[in-house]
Amino acid sequence: MAAISIQNVDVIFGKNTEQSIELLDQGKSRQEIINTTGDTVGVHNACIDIEEGEICVLMGLSGSGKSSLLRAVNGLNKTSRGKLLVQDCEEMVDIASCDRATLLHMRSKRISMVFQNFALMPWLSVVDNVAFGLEMQGMGKTERRKKAMEQLKMVSLDQWADKLPSELSGGMQQRVGLARAFAMDTDILLMDEPFSALDPLIRSQLQDELIELQQNMKKTIVFVSHDLDEALKIGSKIGIMESAKIIQYDIPENIVLKPANAYVQDFVAHTNPLNVLKGNSLMKHVNDLTETQYGYCFDEQQQLYLNVDHQQHLINITHLDQVQQMQFCPADQAVEELSKNTVTLVPADITMKRAIEIKYHTGYPIILAEQERVLGVLNDHSFYHALLGKHFQTDLEEAL
Amino acid sequence: MNWITEHKIPIGSWMESFVDWLTANADFIFDAISITLEWLILTVVELLVWLPPSVPILAAGAIAWLLHRSVPLVIFVVAALLLILNLGYWQEMLETLVLVLTATTISIMFGVPIGILAAHKPWLYTILRPILDLMQTIPTFVYLIPTLVLFGLGVVPGLISTIIFAIAAPIRLTYLGISKVPGDLIEAGRAFGATPFKLLYKVELPAAMPSIMAGITQCIMLSLSMVVISALVGADGLGKPVVRALNTVNISQGFEAGLAIVLVAIILDRICKAPNAKEDV
Repeated sequence: MAAISIQNVDVIFGKNTEQSIELLDQGKSRQEIINTTGDTVGVHNACIDIEEGEICVLMGLSGSGKSSLLRAVNGLNKTSRGKLLVQDCEEMVDIASCDRATLLHMRSKRISMVFQNFALMPWLSVVDNVAFGLEMQGMGKTERRKKAMEQLKMVSLDQWADKLPSELSGGMQQRVGLARAFAMDTDILLMDEPFSALDPLIRSQLQDELIELQQNMKKTIVFVSHDLDEALKIGSKIGIMESAKIIQYDIPENIVLKPANAYVQDFVAHTNPLNVLKGNSLMKHVNDLTETQYGYCFDEQQQLYLNVDHQQHLINITHLDQVQQMQFCPADQAVEELSKNTVTLVPADITMKRAIEIKYHTGYPIILAEQERVLGVLNDHSFYHALLGKHFQTDLEEAL
Repeated sequence: MNWITEHKIPIGSWMESFVDWLTANADFIFDAISITLEWLILTVVELLVWLPPSVPILAAGAIAWLLHRSVPLVIFVVAALLLILNLGYWQEMLETLVLVLTATTISIMFGVPIGILAAHKPWLYTILRPILDLMQTIPTFVYLIPTLVLFGLGVVPGLISTIIFAIAAPIRLTYLGISKVPGDLIEAGRAFGATPFKLLYKVELPAAMPSIMAGITQCIMLSLSMVVISALVGADGLGKPVVRALNTVNISQGFEAGLAIVLVAIILDRICKAPNAKEDV
């Protein structure tokens, strides 16, 4: 069961929503609708399911409707049409049509939110800010302070509990914002460009912290970002939005490898895909290697050959007819511990970044294997492809 | 062009008949208000006058200390009050103080809620704005006449005129404070499940507090500026010696009473600004 199910959701800001919906159905553009009814279309026909424990990143430029969609999930924006189902224990509550009391219940027990500009109450101390949501729930002062202190410890700000938010740096303020959202013990976390207002270094640090916290907490997170690198780094699914529509909703690797249109491709071209790309999507397949008397040649300069049996199990690696040493590098092994000048066997879903590190360290090509079957090799050609961002053109080039 | 002046539009007489109608039909309401307020003010004044002067002086010093933690301010407050005592305007000063504080309290009681309401209902502010402008720009003497007719001579018409003049400040600044609350704070409040009532008490009012406090301080100052005019319709206080001095061209009395008014103004201003200054740090 999906934790959040967004079904054909339209969000329209203005007074003539019914007329605007009609115009939308007639296929009129956003600008035409503003001109006729004065309404702004925030989101048009969004359909996504977000599974429990996923980090779904909504990505797009400003005005693409990503924040509008996020705000529809907790009812800050009214859904004009469609269903917006959010899991509440065993049942799914439709945020678009539920009554006020249910909405308040969902906001205080199921969904919490982190804001771009932190939105901390400047007159409350750090600990009272973290306890703010609990106060709204009606929790007593000592109890909520105790709980808030625990959350502050988690983001290592317990030393700052009695300070005012203005005395903290931006990064610290956003950690307070995170602690405030975590304190609610909700399963769903909405994050509206939470790290955009921060310095790049602090941003990346907080991204890492979020990924680490998420490993223990397994919350369902909807994250809005205008930065594809950020989306690729933390998202388990990415929804790319352009002028109120979701134009692609997929796992990060597919966004990079199979952009749905030129718009997405343009985005992808300006990112560093090394963290996202997996070895198996860029490797040269075993069957595509030239077969010689010594076996499949996978490095012409160093004259390296590999031999497999009919089930593609690796038999040996040779330099002409001399059998060579090789080593296996599982996903959790440090690259520095590998021996140099040795061919390395790695799991096929290795990230390109790690593959390049291994290649740099050992100086030899890398063989990808899955369940002891050799799938292919990563050679210089694959690395240059990844570095130059030509990955989604490979099919084309090879066809030529 | 004679036709323009031939038939005068009877705006003045309309107003007069309205006031006449009020006196004829709602006199008991105005009498009740008048009697209650007068009794309240006179009782408080009597109580303060009955106390030995050292008690209010020490109390004022203590309040200044508690709010501001500043020795120079406490010394100034005590010295200023002692000077007023020395000049012989002690009772008048107390009467003025009670009048000003009553006017301010009533202005806040009505002004702050009206300001909050106006910030939430834009149409209400559209209606309110010209009325507030009118209340502040119409010369005070003009509405002194109908209040005099309705409430009779004494402290109450002075008080009502003072309120009409001063209430615009808390309304305006409360409205300003509440409507300037950053949108993301409101969103945060709503996102964490605040009911509209909690949103007002836990987000909007604290966020607007500096502005509301500025409105209250302004309200006190505006009330104080009305003491002389109140004296014209029979309100007791520091205005009376000023009016008397004006009638008898008594320079020394006029100066002393004026000085006392200024001292009261400075004391009130400095004491009230204390919480405001703290917010800014």
